[in-house]
Formats: sequence, C-alpha cells, structure tokens
Amino acid sequence: MTGLFSEVFLSALLFGAVTAAIPLLLAGLGEQMSEKAGVLNIGIEGMMLAGAYLGFVGAFYSGSLWLGFLTGAGGGMAVALVMALLCVRIGLNQIVIGIALTLGLEGLTALLHHFQFSRSYPRLPAVDVTVIPLLSDIPVIGPALFKQHLIVYLAVALVFGMGYIYRRTQLGLNLQAAGDKPAALDVAGIDVLRTRTVAVLTTGALAGLGGAYLANIGAGLFIPFITNGAGFLGIVLAMLARGRPVWVLFGALLFGVCLSLTTAMQVAGINIPTDIIQMLPFLAVMIMLVLFGRRAGLPAALGIPYERGAR
Amino acid sequence: MSIETAPSASATALDATAAVATRRDIQHRLLMTLGPILAALIIAGCILLAVGVDPLAYYGFVLEKGLFSPLGIQQTLTRMAPLLFLAAGLIVAFRAGMWNLGGDGQFLLGAVTAAASAPLFVQVMPAWLALFCSFVIAMVVAMIWSLLPALLRAYQGVNEIITTLMMTFLGTSLANVLVKLVFRDPGTTVPQTRTLPVEDRLPRLFGTTITSGLLLGLAAIIIVHLVMTRTAFGLKLRIVGANPRAAIHSGLGVPGLTIAVFAISAGLAGLAGAVDILGVQGNVRADWNPAYGLAVIPVVFLARMNGFAAIGFVFLLSVLSIGGESAARRLGVPKHFTLVLVSIVLIVLALAEYIDHRYNQSRRA
Repeated sequence: MTGLFSEVFLSALLFGAVTAAIPLLLAGLGEQMSEKAGVLNIGIEGMMLAGAYLGFVGAFYSGSLWLGFLTGAGGGMAVALVMALLCVRIGLNQIVIGIALTLGLEGLTALLHHFQFSRSYPRLPAVDVTVIPLLSDIPVIGPALFKQHLIVYLAVALVFGMGYIYRRTQLGLNLQAAGDKPAALDVAGIDVLRTRTVAVLTTGALAGLGGAYLANIGAGLFIPFITNGAGFLGIVLAMLARGRPVWVLFGALLFGVCLSLTTAMQVAGINIPTDIIQMLPFLAVMIMLVLFGRRAGLPAALGIPYERGAR
Repeated sequence: MSIETAPSASATALDATAAVATRRDIQHRLLMTLGPILAALIIAGCILLAVGVDPLAYYGFVLEKGLFSPLGIQQTLTRMAPLLFLAAGLIVAFRAGMWNLGGDGQFLLGAVTAAASAPLFVQVMPAWLALFCSFVIAMVVAMIWSLLPALLRAYQGVNEIITTLMMTFLGTSLANVLVKLVFRDPGTTVPQTRTLPVEDRLPRLFGTTITSGLLLGLAAIIIVHLVMTRTAFGLKLRIVGANPRAAIHSGLGVPGLTIAVFAISAGLAGLAGAVDILGVQGNVRADWNPAYGLAVIPVVFLARMNGFAAIGFVFLLSVLSIGGESAARRLGVPKHFTLVLVSIVLIVLALAEYIDHRYNQSRRA
C-alpha cells in the first residue's frame, strides 16, 4: 500500500482536485452573485454547457485556449441574457425558466455536437502551465498547486476580488439591496432591474468560463452532458457559502478532492464503487448542516421578481 | 330585462351567462395552450431546418409514433404513469410552498427498493400482495429519504432547495451502490437487480401494452388535486404555502405540516419509481436514471399546480418524448432534440401566460 501514498500519487490527487474544483468554484461564485441580487439561477447548468460547447469549439478551431475561454464566457452570457430578459425584465418564474434553459441547452449542445462532429470526439492538445518559481518546488503541493494553467490563479484571485466588491464597493451594496430589499434600492434611485441584470449576466459569463474550463482543460474534449450536475453543485455551494466568496472556494475544493479521489481510486485499482466516494462530499455537507444549520441567511427577496409599485 | 322578472328566470339567465363565461374561459385556456405550443413547434422547426432536417417530416413522425400509431399511443400512456405520480407529489409540495427538487433521488430509491423486494415477495405470497407490499416499501423508503430535509426545514429553517438537491445527488449514488453491491442479480454480468417476471408485473389494460399503473397515476393525481382544493387538510397546506407566518399565527402546527408535506411528496415520488419498475422495466440497471423529476417540475408550474391541467401537460410531455425517441432511431435526429423542444414549449408557454396576464390587467385598468 506504500505506493498509494507516494508523493507522486498525492500530488496527482491534489492536482486533480484543483482541476475538478475550478469549474465548481466559477459556477459557485457566479451563482452567489445572482442569489445576492435576488435571482435564483437554476439555469446555471445550461449556462455551463453553453460555455463548455462554445468554449471547446472556439479553442478547437482557433487553436487558442484564451479565445476558447472568451467564446465560452460569451456563450454562458448569451444564455444568461435570455434568463435576464425573461426572469428579471418581465419577471417570469425563475425556477420554470431556469430548468427550461438547462433542459434546452442540454439538448441543444448535444444536438450541435452530433451534427458537427458526428460520433467523433476530437481532443485539444495538452495545455501549457504557468509555473510559479520557488513555490512549485515544494514537495507534493508544489507541482499540484503551482503548476497550473494561468486561469486557475485568476479564478482564485477572483474569489478575493468578489469579496472586495461585496464588502467595499457601491456595486456590492447595490447587489445586496437588490436581493434583500429591492424596493429600498429603488427608492434610493438605483435601477433594481439593471442591478439584477448585471448580476445575472456576470453569472452567465462565470458559469460559461467554468464550462469552458471543464471542457478545454479538465477533459480536453467536449462530450454531451459533460457538466453532469456541476451547475447544481454550484447552486449548493453558493447557498452554503451564505454570501462569502471564500467559503465557495473551500466548498469547491472539498468537492474537488472527492471527485479527484474517485478517479484516483480507479487508477489505483481499488475496488470500491466510485458512487460511494461521490457520496462523501454531500454526506459531509449534510452532516455540517445538521450540526450547524441555523437560519440559512438567504436574501429575503430571493426568487421574487421585482415589479415597481407592486405590493 | 324588466324588474318584474321572476327570480327563477333571472337565475337561469345568470346560469346561462355563467355557462357562456365558462365556455369562453375554456376556449380561452385551450387557445392559450395550443397557440404557444404551435409557436414553439415553429421555432424548434427552424432549429431543425438549420441542422438540415425537414421539420414537417420530423413532426409527422413524432406524431405518428407518439400519438397515432397503436403501439406509440400505448407507449405514451405507459410513460405517463410514473410522470403522473411525480407530478402529484410536486403539486402537494409546491402548493404548500416547499421546493422539493429532490424528486429524482426519491424516485430512484423507490425504484430500487421495489425492484429488490418484488422478486423476493412473489416467491412467498400471491402476486397482487407482493406488488402491494413492494409499493408500500418503496413509498416508505422515499419518505425516509425526505425526512432529513423535512426536519431541517421544519425545525432549523434550513432552505430545502439545497438539502433536497443534495439528497438527490446522494440518493442517485446510493441507488447505484445498492444495485451494484447489495441487490445485484448474481445471474447476469451487467450489474442490475433481479428481473421481475412479466406475468408478475402490474397487469396490462384490456389486452393492450398499457400498464395499469396509468390508472393508479391518474387516481393519485386526482386524489391529490381534490385533497388540496376540497379538504381542510389541503387548505391548511395552502395557507402554509401562501404565508407561513400567518399559518403560525392562525394556530397551525407548521413543523408537523412541513414534515407531512415532505412525506407525501416524497412518498408519491417513490411510488413513481415503483410503478415504473413493477409495471414497465422489471428491474433496475446500474446507472439508470431517466431524470423524469427535472422535466416534471416546470410542467407542474405551467399547470398552475392544477391536477387536471397537469394530466394534459404530462400527456404532451409523454407524446414528445416517446415520439422523439422513435424519431431518433429512424430519422437520425438525436433524441436530445426532444429536450430542446420541451424547453422551447415551456418558455413560450410561460411567455404566453405573461402576455395574457398583462393584457387582462390593462383591459381591467
């Protein structure tokens, strides 16, 4: 059993955990912003799929990963635009539209992939990593954490960027008010619908980026239904984090380790159904909720469309 | 009409206008349902054209295979059985204001328990009793699965969207573990549960292939509709849904009602799993997850949590999915296109309802 806990194995495990965590982190951060602003974004799975597909297509034909990320974020944003129009501007039910968008994008991306690539699954070339000097020489965690693609560092930096926005800027306050007491924000002369639209579009861009990362770096290819519930995990993370971006990071890493563990176990040939390991993060979170779950502290106006003058 | 008109005459006149109004209302609702569906078909047809498929040929095929061919309509009606149970469960939860998004986990656990217990029961008892016991066990297991979210919501105020979503992920994995490790049929190489012999499954209706589960499903959703709209219990649940704080102040035991809602909702989802296994599938294969729950949620919303409207929408959903599956095999359009179609139908229906609402408002103002 010594082989199991060798440096190489642990390092690969950690590397995989980071790779699995980044899409969840991006989706969670995006969902968090929507929820702060009072929009329950159940369509995030669809936005990730749009990002994954367009991100892959962009990177595949241009040969540039960065262009792929751009098209991916754009794809997520396009879906978010539909959501913003339907749920924020004219106030349709967020759960109906969110689920409809998720179902539709699941079908649409699978359909487009079928007609474009038929049954072949072309791969992208291996990604080039950014090595951080000195830190990457630390045994075990060095190669795992500090030899990643540049976007990984950017995603982690975004966590603190988001924290800054929420705590220190006018925009952060506006977002919070749009979710907690939209009427008050309106009275203060700030357009609630515009604030919420900004939040939903940002969510779409982040979710699309997460999807593009999942396809281009995590898997290196696009397969239909590639997100496999990652968007819903993002929703869970955002709700558990109670408005704190750093908690989303920790949550994403916890889920990432468990996802990575399932692959690692298969590689190591350990004969436990992967389903058991996949249950671990959910079990951990449920236990946490049972022990510490008081009032979840969700925004008061979450899921309620805002209509000026309505009572 | 003169003032001296006998009261009875004016009453009949009122009845007549009321009847006209109801008829107009029904016509209006039909128009507001069929119109958007037609519009959605046209939009989806444009997507088909874009990928180089003749939309008319596709729709013709879907209608023929899902609705007009004898085999197709039987498959469609059979598919409705689990969907009706799921819709009934969601109606209870949504009317009481609880977002039970964990239907898929409860469905799968119900399915696995039914699949595991029925082949054992038929060996020791008559088939009808075995089926009945399997239904009960599936229901109880699904109820237990919803207990944690229910308790957390009732006593800790933890948002049930997170907990039910997590329990559905957990339930899906647990169902797989059970199929692969505990209830695995030793006689097969692919991991699946023991197969219930066809003669022991739910009887089929009148010499067709339609499962009698359809009748159970219809009964379930109609009973749920009547309980929610016609009984004191239903009224209590709707009060909790409309305003939980008001419900507390009017002396309702909200925590108890919350747990009851989750139990009923999850129990019906478990029955949905059981009816699919005991009537149609016969066993559960590893990694089987039809994800019906996700598609039924918006359907229930669009039906405005009305049981009878939900039956209509569930029928539509079944036609589209059965027809779409056949079209995938014959026309080379992946069955995923059905998802696109369903999604466009949902969005256009929601939009139409909004426009209708706005129109009425402006007319009244």
